[in-house]
Amino acid sequence: MDRCFFKMAALGLPVVIGAISAKPAAADDLADMRQEIQSLRQQYDSALQRLQKDYETKLQQMEKRVKAAEAKAQAAQDAAAAARTPPPALAQAEAPLPAGSAAPSPAPAAAPAPAPVPVASGGGTPASAGAFNPAIGAVLMGQTTAQTRNPNDFRIPGFALGDNAGQLPRGFAINESEVNLSANVDQALYGNLTLAFERNNTVGVEEGFIQTTSLPYGLTVKGGRFFSGIGYLNEQHAHTWDFADPALPYQAFLNTQYDDDGVQLRWLAPTDRFLEFGTEAFRGDFFPAGGTDNHNSGAGAWSAFVHTGDDIDESASYRVGLSHLWTTAKNRSTSGLAGTDVFSGTDHTYIADAVYKWAPNGNFVERYLKLQAEFFLRQEQGVFNASPHFANTQTGFYAQGVYQFMPQWRVGLRYDQVHANSLGRGFAGTTLDNLGATPRRYSSMIDYSTSEFGRFRLQYDLNQLRPQTDHEFIFQYIVSLGAHGAHQY
Amino acid sequence: MRKIPIVTFLFAVFALGATSLPASAKVNVFACEPEWAALTTALGGEDVEVFTATTARQDPHQIQARPALISRLRGADLAVCTGAELEIGWMPVLLRQSSNAKVQPGAPGYFEATQQVKLLEVPTRLDRAEGDIHPQGNPHIQGDPRNMQIIAAALAKRLAAIDPAHAAGYTERGKAFDEKLAQAIQGWQKEATPLKGVNVVIYHKEWIYLTNWLGMHEVGTIEPKPGVPPGSAYLAQLLEEIPQKNVKMVIYSAYQDPRAPEFISAKAKIPAVMLPFTVGGTEASRDLFDLYEDTIKRLLAGVAAHG
Repeated sequence: MDRCFFKMAALGLPVVIGAISAKPAAADDLADMRQEIQSLRQQYDSALQRLQKDYETKLQQMEKRVKAAEAKAQAAQDAAAAARTPPPALAQAEAPLPAGSAAPSPAPAAAPAPAPVPVASGGGTPASAGAFNPAIGAVLMGQTTAQTRNPNDFRIPGFALGDNAGQLPRGFAINESEVNLSANVDQALYGNLTLAFERNNTVGVEEGFIQTTSLPYGLTVKGGRFFSGIGYLNEQHAHTWDFADPALPYQAFLNTQYDDDGVQLRWLAPTDRFLEFGTEAFRGDFFPAGGTDNHNSGAGAWSAFVHTGDDIDESASYRVGLSHLWTTAKNRSTSGLAGTDVFSGTDHTYIADAVYKWAPNGNFVERYLKLQAEFFLRQEQGVFNASPHFANTQTGFYAQGVYQFMPQWRVGLRYDQVHANSLGRGFAGTTLDNLGATPRRYSSMIDYSTSEFGRFRLQYDLNQLRPQTDHEFIFQYIVSLGAHGAHQY
Repeated sequence: MRKIPIVTFLFAVFALGATSLPASAKVNVFACEPEWAALTTALGGEDVEVFTATTARQDPHQIQARPALISRLRGADLAVCTGAELEIGWMPVLLRQSSNAKVQPGAPGYFEATQQVKLLEVPTRLDRAEGDIHPQGNPHIQGDPRNMQIIAAALAKRLAAIDPAHAAGYTERGKAFDEKLAQAIQGWQKEATPLKGVNVVIYHKEWIYLTNWLGMHEVGTIEPKPGVPPGSAYLAQLLEEIPQKNVKMVIYSAYQDPRAPEFISAKAKIPAVMLPFTVGGTEASRDLFDLYEDTIKRLLAGVAAHG
């Protein structure tokens, strides 16, 4: 109201001032003014009426036009729907489907364009910019965890650990919920981006790579950030793992998974038996590489691997592999209970992996068995803290079996252990002090899948990593939304 | 750094070895399912070498991307698959890992049967809450032999395009196959007259092309939703509905667990009929002609058993 008043006052003021500043008001002048005002008002009223009429007729015209357009759209939609609905029971009509559709060109002309999602909302509108959107998928993971020992004190005695190695946090927590975008870039390239959202509200690029699709001789080149092809589990995303946490050797040797920026070359041999060779060069920023300026020479980590596999019979198949990861580290620091350790030198990590799958008649719907094991060996040389001629050998392995005993239900057992040599009194108190023990873990799990897109898992770990035993219970969910890439073997 | 030249050298040696391998005179075909292997063999004869990725006893929706499949696809000149996302759970991985430009989607060496015919049961609501549905429509097109006629014509053309040296052979065999199938269809349709209007309960929504062809009606499914295994409450409800719907038999395929259909069969006192679904699903279904022959024989036996 106040504002209105001021506006009126502001408008009225000049008029009033004008009237006052005009010649002294006489009686006949006043009558003239009244007349003038009267005529002005009439003009104004008539103009207003004209405008109103104009507006109304225009509105009516527009309404008519909109109605006509709607009817047209409805007719078009009906026609499209009619074209999509299956023909009436063909059994009555003796003639087969129209011969014209025998052309190798995609489908009969009446069918809608081979758009991946022929839903009504997209009907009729021409292909928009969104038609070329990449496949989008999201994986949501989370769990609630109970441990008898504080997971913040997690250590594997005898091993310097990277920043990712560790137990799940206590209590409710989301765990690497990820978003994935993938599509062919063009006739020659494929691109894939996976962003991982962590519990502490950080976002990381888990994978972001391009890959060739049309090189000759069975060659594939990949570049960007990606999981290295070494071992078996390294290349697989966490949501496809059969246990809620990574196996101990993956934690101790590869900081859970070796994921870095680099290039990869793979060659698939032209044989009936699967035989694949690969080599990679990485930036080397991540454990077991790492440290300051580690990539002066262009790369700080290299790898080479070979995988082979085949069907044993209709029911069973296998894959085995050998891998070598060679990393350099410059002043790589890792923290232990008694402070920070610094290492400069080279690591050679060797992995032997084997996977065996069995299902009755090769039909994985009802029942199946999956056995896998990986063995790790690491040789480390260089300068550790103040020890100049440092050399160390560590080993580890895990073996696990998962059995689907009826549709939707699986059980699994896993045993992991890692072993570090005793390095003597000089290393007491450092991360490399093995405390005279061999860290090991026993895990068992049962999971239920609501469909191939949803899974709930209950897992129990008996951790014998530290001198004291730790019991760990995990209840986890894994679901996938939208486009979901096919799983690797 | 010393390592790089050695690895590069090794790759060079292998790559050279690969190029110098003698090229096979036959067209190497990777058939995703047995029906396409049978069709390609019928059209290709001696000119093709066919590898079948799956068997009739495996659910084609759920196949592992096995190492053997990757290496076989790598050497293929042509991949013949169903398409319409039937193989979405495994084929994309095989295609990407096979490093074979010849068989990538869009290339002449990639043939999808569902691209050739009109699909039925195109879902109007795309939501995973509806189960394992296929956006482009029901992909199990091999149930109707008239689909097979159309696909055979297209596949013969494709084979001729890929292997022009033997084009005349593909055309000839294609024509012969078409004539033989057209004649057989006439016979099957006559034979299947008693099946017209018969109500059936099916396991999974994979029979629409067969029931549509023979004029049968699907009035219930053992799976509450496509790909979702039945629970006991759902089966009890299905059993209640069966008497009201005049159901003559329960149909399931060679790769499905017979326990649920047999349970329904025993409780509702209607026969459970196992159909081959694809070539090799039964002893008798050795090729496509046997497949339709045996399917109709088994359905007729089911109707007869019910009285």
